[in-house]
Amino acid sequence: MTAREVAEGVLDPELPVLTLADLGVLREVTETAGRVVVTITPTYSGCPAIDQMRSDLRASLAGAGYRDVEVRTVLAPAWTTDWITDAGRRKLAEYGIAPPARIGPRPAGPVPLNLTPPPSRVRCPRCGSAETVELSRFSATACRALRRCESCREPFEHVKEL
Amino acid sequence: MSFDNAYDAITEDSGDDRQWAFGTGFDDPLSGVDRAVPGEVSTSDLSVYCLMLADDALILSQRLTEWCSRAPELEEDVALANIALDLLGQARLLLARAGEVEGAGRDEDALAYLRDEHEFRNVRLVEIDCGPGPGGDFATTIARLLVFSTWRLAVLGQLAHSGDPVLAAVAAKGVKELAYHRDHAAQWTLRLAGGTDFSRERMVAGLATVWPLHDELFTPHPVELALPAVAVDPSTVRPEVDEVLDTVLAEADLSRPRVSPLAMVGGRAGRDGVHTEALGYLLAPMQHLARALPGARW
Repeated sequence: MTAREVAEGVLDPELPVLTLADLGVLREVTETAGRVVVTITPTYSGCPAIDQMRSDLRASLAGAGYRDVEVRTVLAPAWTTDWITDAGRRKLAEYGIAPPARIGPRPAGPVPLNLTPPPSRVRCPRCGSAETVELSRFSATACRALRRCESCREPFEHVKEL
Repeated sequence: MSFDNAYDAITEDSGDDRQWAFGTGFDDPLSGVDRAVPGEVSTSDLSVYCLMLADDALILSQRLTEWCSRAPELEEDVALANIALDLLGQARLLLARAGEVEGAGRDEDALAYLRDEHEFRNVRLVEIDCGPGPGGDFATTIARLLVFSTWRLAVLGQLAHSGDPVLAAVAAKGVKELAYHRDHAAQWTLRLAGGTDFSRERMVAGLATVWPLHDELFTPHPVELALPAVAVDPSTVRPEVDEVLDTVLAEADLSRPRVSPLAMVGGRAGRDGVHTEALGYLLAPMQHLARALPGARW
């Protein structure tokens, strides 16, 4: 396998149904004269999983015979949930986590204030109902919100748009 | 190479992950971001400016973590911890940049754990006890978060166009995070002000506690004014911040507290390292372990 194929197969430590490639965190893999340079970007500034990702990348690449590996962290451009691939969105939904909507580039000017949670277009990943409410903007990890389905009454997590 | 648990991975001897806070790995070249200091920028001024932005985030992060296991409900425990984590992430990137620009060999850990109180450059708003200690309660914490996140969001929004590519990158990322923090604080302000008589009373009191520290946020420091192409002059964000705060207060049927600003000391305040007595009590537990066991690893 090429170094890129190995790196693309590494799973996200906090959403282990997604690969780092699905999540859009893996930005670049280059291989020059036996030296592999992997570039990743954090989801949130304080994402504690970044160190685990670095270790997992090194371990997987070492297991495939790549010993000379450098993992670089890149901040710009900032990660956005729009980089989660279509395959990643499908895997999230199958796992019971509602995928984020696509938001596109942020318009220029001040960020608008939301005094009420924005209207929901998030579908329940279990029953498909669009009748869902936000319970909390923050959940088990920085990138997820907690919601409840008003139809089947089940709580579920949502990868919130960033 | 496989690990039995996450802590093994954290302490893996990879040459760059052996620090107190298990290292940002930020010694890596930042692909796509030019780390050279822009021409005609004073490195000492830029380093101090990075400290100002870093210390605001670091100290409020430490304050917010005091709520861990004590928030009014589990969801809020998680929310405040997540907000603290975002701010800690911003602080680490900014401290690393401050140390790199300073060029004296201090890394993020040295700057966080080995500076004394008067060397911290944060605004005083972030250091005061707004609860869960005796200085406040959940409403006071929300009041501070509302004022702080509205202000920092406006500052980072401008800083995303900074002439320093590293600051611009940190700011562009921070804007997305701060937008969530501000919405969270604004929505809680409405809920508390529109709830019971008691919750409204607490919200009014909370705003009155933090409002004396509001003016300081917009008072430019000479270092900020000395870096026109790089830093944000905080007086320029006042209209945007005022508009947002007034919108939230109006929606909550609250008015601006009629309180006097907390005086500066001989013309100096948080940005100059002149703090309230609260900061020392905050730093003691935060720095104790690193100072008791210098260079230790875990």
